[in-house]
Amino acid sequence: MQIKLENLKKTYDTITAVNDVSLDIPENTIFGIIGKSGAGKSSLVRLMSLLETPDQGAVFYGGRRVDNLPKNELIACRRKIGMIFQNFNLFSSRTAGKNVAYPLEICGTPKAQIKERVTEMLKLVGLEDRENAPISTLSGGQKQRVAIARALATQPDILYCDEATSALDPNTTQSILALIKDIQKKMNLTVVMITHQMEVVRDACEYVAVLEEGQLVEQGLVKEIFANPKTKTTRDFIKNVLNDKEMVKWSDQTGRFHLHFTGNTPDKPIMSMIANKFDVKFNIFAAGISHLPDEDVGYMNVDITGSDEEISKVIEWLEANNVRVRKEQE
Amino acid sequence: MEQILILVGVSTLQTLLMVFFSTLFAIIIGFPLGVLLNTTNQYGITPRPVFNSILSRIIDVLRSFPFVILMIVLLPFTRLMLGTAIGTTATIIPLSIAAAPFVARITETALNEVDPGIVQAARAMGSTNWQIIYKVLVPEAMPSVVSGITLTIINLISYSAMAGTLGGGGLGDLAIRYGYQRFRTGVMTAAVIVIIIMVAAIQFAGTRLTNKMLSKR
Repeated sequence: MQIKLENLKKTYDTITAVNDVSLDIPENTIFGIIGKSGAGKSSLVRLMSLLETPDQGAVFYGGRRVDNLPKNELIACRRKIGMIFQNFNLFSSRTAGKNVAYPLEICGTPKAQIKERVTEMLKLVGLEDRENAPISTLSGGQKQRVAIARALATQPDILYCDEATSALDPNTTQSILALIKDIQKKMNLTVVMITHQMEVVRDACEYVAVLEEGQLVEQGLVKEIFANPKTKTTRDFIKNVLNDKEMVKWSDQTGRFHLHFTGNTPDKPIMSMIANKFDVKFNIFAAGISHLPDEDVGYMNVDITGSDEEISKVIEWLEANNVRVRKEQE
Repeated sequence: MEQILILVGVSTLQTLLMVFFSTLFAIIIGFPLGVLLNTTNQYGITPRPVFNSILSRIIDVLRSFPFVILMIVLLPFTRLMLGTAIGTTATIIPLSIAAAPFVARITETALNEVDPGIVQAARAMGSTNWQIIYKVLVPEAMPSVVSGITLTIINLISYSAMAGTLGGGGLGDLAIRYGYQRFRTGVMTAAVIVIIIMVAAIQFAGTRLTNKMLSKR
């Protein structure tokens, strides 16, 4: 289902947690919302998932305004939403299977149908043999799988993931993301992922919106944002994922220029062409590649020495060949 | 010896009767009040600050009454309810009313300890407040509630010792009248031993039940 946010605003005491956020989330996709802690992510997802009402603005699900519904309709509407959390929030008084049964129980599904659906959902998340397991006997990854099964038991149209992988180790994170991607396709879900981890956005999301101090500072396709980040916040997020694993450094120094090679960059020996065409010298300090779901983005940190005039010609030529150039400390 | 056995036997039955029914009524009155205290507080599922603080004050006032005085204050009420204000049955009323606020506070505390994230999840799934209470909050808090009720029962055993004031009988009354006032140490010792066994048995059963619930989690 399509989600539309219109000028959302929410203030707690004196803090404006969400400040004039407007966003269009297309249906049948995985949409990431990234921000540092305190950026207003949690508040935003609480407004989107109808747990709280905004002070100003509106939330639309598939064109229908849902933020101001009367109680009965609000409850009915929440039953069409799935949500998973950082701390899983499973009911410890219930077994894995009974957790999955809960959302079905509360809307009066017949017992036989609940049983069938629980088995089906546990199978979908790969835990068919743990139906009677107490929650405390499950690992973190298994808990999140149960939470996913529970969130999707009523076949909702939307799944909100509030920092769903933040409490998991990297391998488990990958397997949970793979599961969410797989289920998203199977059930045609609109998935909204709230996170502070850029690798989650990179590995799972098609679109991303960057939140800072309650405001959206940047949004678009993940591959475009990775190739051409416009704000410092976004660049910092991208730098974090790269520096961790994928950048290979030759030197402790950093060059003045960052080059981004995207899928559109022509298959030409760009570096040697520059050396031949222009009177400049290249020094490569670091390089790396980032694997996005449907495209790889290459990065290179270089220094270009030569006359200012030649350098600006080089940059122009690079941009014309779909290599994005960004100067350090701009 | 035989006489001691009869005296202790009858008194034990009276104590059990008083404690059983007053626990039952204390739970019937106190448990819903505890749920109300939890759900209407500022972090509860349906905050009602004014109502909450009024209820809270009333409960505190009731809890601060010494039991002996509460019994006397409630005399007219007991007479109105049962037609008499003395005897074993009549003491059940002040005992219940003394224990109910305690049960309310214990229930409230147990519910307050339920992870707010779990309640948020239940709400996000479209639970009604009523469903959150009986399908989430209460089951999640059950082990703490049970251990709190164990405490209540033990408190009631000691309160019931004062029931002699209203002619309620029971083990405490027996120990005072025969052991203290008539110097029959044997009767007193027997009464005290039965009380000790009773308290130990209830504590044992309560702990076991709590642990059994926790072990399934």
